Amino acid sequence: MADVLPRSEPGRLIVLERIPPAAWVLGVLLLAMPAFASNFVLYQIFGWSFILGMIALSLMVLAGYGGMVSLIQMTVAALAGYVVAILGTSGVPQISLGWPWWLHIPLAIVIAMLFGTLVGALAVRTEGIYTIMITLAIAAAFFYFTRQNYGIFNGYTGFNNVIPPRWFDIDWRQSVPFYYLTLACATLSYLAVVWIGRTPFGLALQGVRDNPRRMSALGFSVTAHRILAYTFASVIAAFGGILLVWQNAQVVPGTAGIPQVIDILVIAVVGGLRRPIGPFIGAFIYAILSVFSSDILHAIGMSGERFKLVVGLGFLAVVGFSPDGVLGLWDRYQARRETNRDALLGGRR
Amino acid sequence: MGTLQNLGARHPIGTLVVLVLVVALAWLIFAPWPPGLEQALGRKRIFLNAILSGITLGALYFLVASGFTLVFGLMRNVNLAHGSLYLLGGYIGYGVVDATGYWLLAFPVVFVVVGALGLLLQHQVFRRMEGEELRQTLVTIGISIVLADLMLWYWGGQSYQVQSPQWLSGPTTLPFVSAVRSDGQAVYLSYPLIRIAILFAAIVIGLGMWFVLNRSRLGMLIRAGVDDRDILAASGVRIQYVFLAVFAFGAGLAGIAGIIGGTFQSLSPGEDTRFLLASLVVVIVGGMGSIPGAALGAVIIGLAEQIGLVYAPTYSVVFTFLIMAVVLAFRPQGLLGARR
Repeated sequence: MADVLPRSEPGRLIVLERIPPAAWVLGVLLLAMPAFASNFVLYQIFGWSFILGMIALSLMVLAGYGGMVSLIQMTVAALAGYVVAILGTSGVPQISLGWPWWLHIPLAIVIAMLFGTLVGALAVRTEGIYTIMITLAIAAAFFYFTRQNYGIFNGYTGFNNVIPPRWFDIDWRQSVPFYYLTLACATLSYLAVVWIGRTPFGLALQGVRDNPRRMSALGFSVTAHRILAYTFASVIAAFGGILLVWQNAQVVPGTAGIPQVIDILVIAVVGGLRRPIGPFIGAFIYAILSVFSSDILHAIGMSGERFKLVVGLGFLAVVGFSPDGVLGLWDRYQARRETNRDALLGGRR
Repeated sequence: MGTLQNLGARHPIGTLVVLVLVVALAWLIFAPWPPGLEQALGRKRIFLNAILSGITLGALYFLVASGFTLVFGLMRNVNLAHGSLYLLGGYIGYGVVDATGYWLLAFPVVFVVVGALGLLLQHQVFRRMEGEELRQTLVTIGISIVLADLMLWYWGGQSYQVQSPQWLSGPTTLPFVSAVRSDGQAVYLSYPLIRIAILFAAIVIGLGMWFVLNRSRLGMLIRAGVDDRDILAASGVRIQYVFLAVFAFGAGLAGIAGIIGGTFQSLSPGEDTRFLLASLVVVIVGGMGSIPGAALGAVIIGLAEQIGLVYAPTYSVVFTFLIMAVVLAFRPQGLLGARR
């Protein structure tokens, strides 16, 4: 739970002052990244981790604020991508309708949002680990359905050549524009999640997470808050999904296959589900690992194909030793430093 | 069985609908079809085959899902590595049959090996995080990723089929009339013997489980544990041993199902998630933690899948999904699940 700072009335600049220095450094570093990073790093590592981070962020909203671990987020993202491919332009002209971007992008967000809400409405009828099972089952059903359906989803081959529109006459699939596009979207969704965590809705959602019975006794509708959380998370996932489709220029059933669905959970858990920055950390680690794993594995004398083994073992290690992810490790390190420094308590407890 | 007799009094309309459906199904299966029906639905042989494949597939699903649901009911542990245990059992079974040539030998070997792996998992991993359900589930996800990659490493990406024994290969004739020849002679349906054997084995295992659960001391402990784990532990039962036994049994059963699945279908990477999904849907439909629920759910899902495959190939997955959604919407605890 973010600490509630006193709101000082005069001057909006106070908001800027409250941003910690580390955030300033990170922001400047990210903005200046294209000056010294290669195109490959910008596009494949940073662009990809921002996108994965956004999709994992939507899971963080549900799991961190709402206490619901949903495996449907990647599917919602892929559905948004599919709608963009079907309503917009793609390499499959017999299916794609070729509508303009100001129509197909909002529609994609809305359709993905409705789907996410519907799944949420089903999933919140159950609790805890049941939610995982049900969302996983629905995600798998979506995967098999898109693979078998040729009329709408073009089956096994999916859609290729799905590219972003040329806003301001810029090719957004070039490394630097794409980097800034994903950076902007990721920042906006991050801020949106931070903001929603402090709104009455977000606070009530966290109350529902901690004690549903008490919240419902206080007059809050537990079900409505949970379903609304799914709606909000679906919007973020949908944006991430559209970016993902643009990055790969294609959407196929495997975009939301079972391994990919699980990967989003892995990313969110490895990064940490407590705070909105966690999923981005997890996504960055994941992107680095998946791009460089073959080199690393070759270096220690193993075949480069064992990426999944590394990811799985790393995930097991994180879950085993630090259930709240990398962020949890950092928090504990901080806490230990604090107690060590505290003269009144006489060093470590 | 008092509840069964009351059923008609409590839900007269529902019981009537079910009865009518059962009679209609029985007529469809046993009676020769009039030509009009054949025109509407296609050959009777195809329909019968779909029904039978659905039931045998349901038998396989039952074997996988019953261990899953038992573990879940007792330990509140959603073992998402259950599909990996299935696939591992299948691969090991393939290895045993390939090396020795004895199909039946594969069963005890796989049961012991995969069951031992289950023991190890429960004793070394899940016991350490007892009560942390979410963390246990995450660990099972990690284990399934690692196991899937290790199996891919060792057995590669190609698909395997377990060689079925001589005495079970070939077709057999069933007492179902599939068509009537022009000279009035009835043609009986022939069906692979191996599938009948699987169905029979699943029924025997299911009955065995029912007897152990309802008529033995261990079963009594398990049922008590499902109802209230804490009180059982407080009354002096060494519940960890019960957990170990149930987890090992569930894992071993998944392994055995792997051999069976590998015999009448095939084994390849990806089958683990397929059967994990099947188990999930089966226990969601049937009711979590309930063995009869697993049997009912398995038959329903197996039938839906096979009938869908024959009559609406594109949408067979949607049927499964729709059944699950409808059950969730109207009966979230599953058809035979207890409300908690």
